[in-house]
Amino acid sequence: MTLDLIATGAIIFTLAVGAIFTFVAGIGLLKLNDPMTRLHAPTKAGTLGIGAFLLASMIHSWTFGEGSFHELLIMGFLFVTAPISAHFIGKVNIHRRTCAPLPTPPRDATWSTLDVPAEDLELDQR
Amino acid sequence: MGKLTRWLLPHPALTVLLAIVWILLQNQFSWGMAVFGLILGVIIPIGTARWWPDRPKDFAFGKMLVYCGIVLYDIIAANIEVAWIVLTKSNANMRPNWVVVPLDLKSPEAITILAGTITLTPGTVSADLSSEGHSILVHALDADDPEAVRDEIKTRYERRLKEIFE
Repeated sequence: MTLDLIATGAIIFTLAVGAIFTFVAGIGLLKLNDPMTRLHAPTKAGTLGIGAFLLASMIHSWTFGEGSFHELLIMGFLFVTAPISAHFIGKVNIHRRTCAPLPTPPRDATWSTLDVPAEDLELDQR
Repeated sequence: MGKLTRWLLPHPALTVLLAIVWILLQNQFSWGMAVFGLILGVIIPIGTARWWPDRPKDFAFGKMLVYCGIVLYDIIAANIEVAWIVLTKSNANMRPNWVVVPLDLKSPEAITILAGTITLTPGTVSADLSSEGHSILVHALDADDPEAVRDEIKTRYERRLKEIFE
């Protein structure tokens, strides 16, 4: 009985934590006004917010039903794919010049997104 | 013998990973499924070996676990910090900044993990690599002092990754 009680408490806590962080991420998406800073909000909800929800789901399935491992997979794939999509959105912002001008890299000529071969320069300018 | 195992298991870690993912997908354990997962784990790396010819060098597994623990802790701690910034700071007071991190790492796997870590830890997003891969461009949400962010990334994450992979 007490184990059920502890588990229920843990589920409530993790659900609340997940809800708060997802909510803050939503506020961040609305509030921040520049495409590059706005990118920060969803990558954060993807980590802690959804991680807490999945933890709640796991605790629930292990105490009240058959144990479930699916959440581990969701978390794994999320942690692997979220940075990649964020990276690509960042690259789009650099291409469209919707961000602050980039600093020059210390050792190399330029950043790889801006590294346009001479014959494509005309296309890039469009 | 060495050549045969190399052909049969071009990426042994990938084989194990695929088998584990298959078992997790089933959501309940049975030996038949484990064997089928292992079969998949042998077939898929052989089928894709042509696109991934080099085997990544071995890495220190124990240190990798420690690194994962540190990153998980940082994700939680920094999430709270960013939530606080989003809720309390006005847009005018925020100082988004580009941070350039020169890289000492050479192996592509290590650089990928570093870029992923930077994005997952809140407040920073890795946006681009320089054309020859010698530095990484990071966007910080609120950084008065880009040098401090750069030094933290270098000492906290890159130094550890260097120990793990090199």
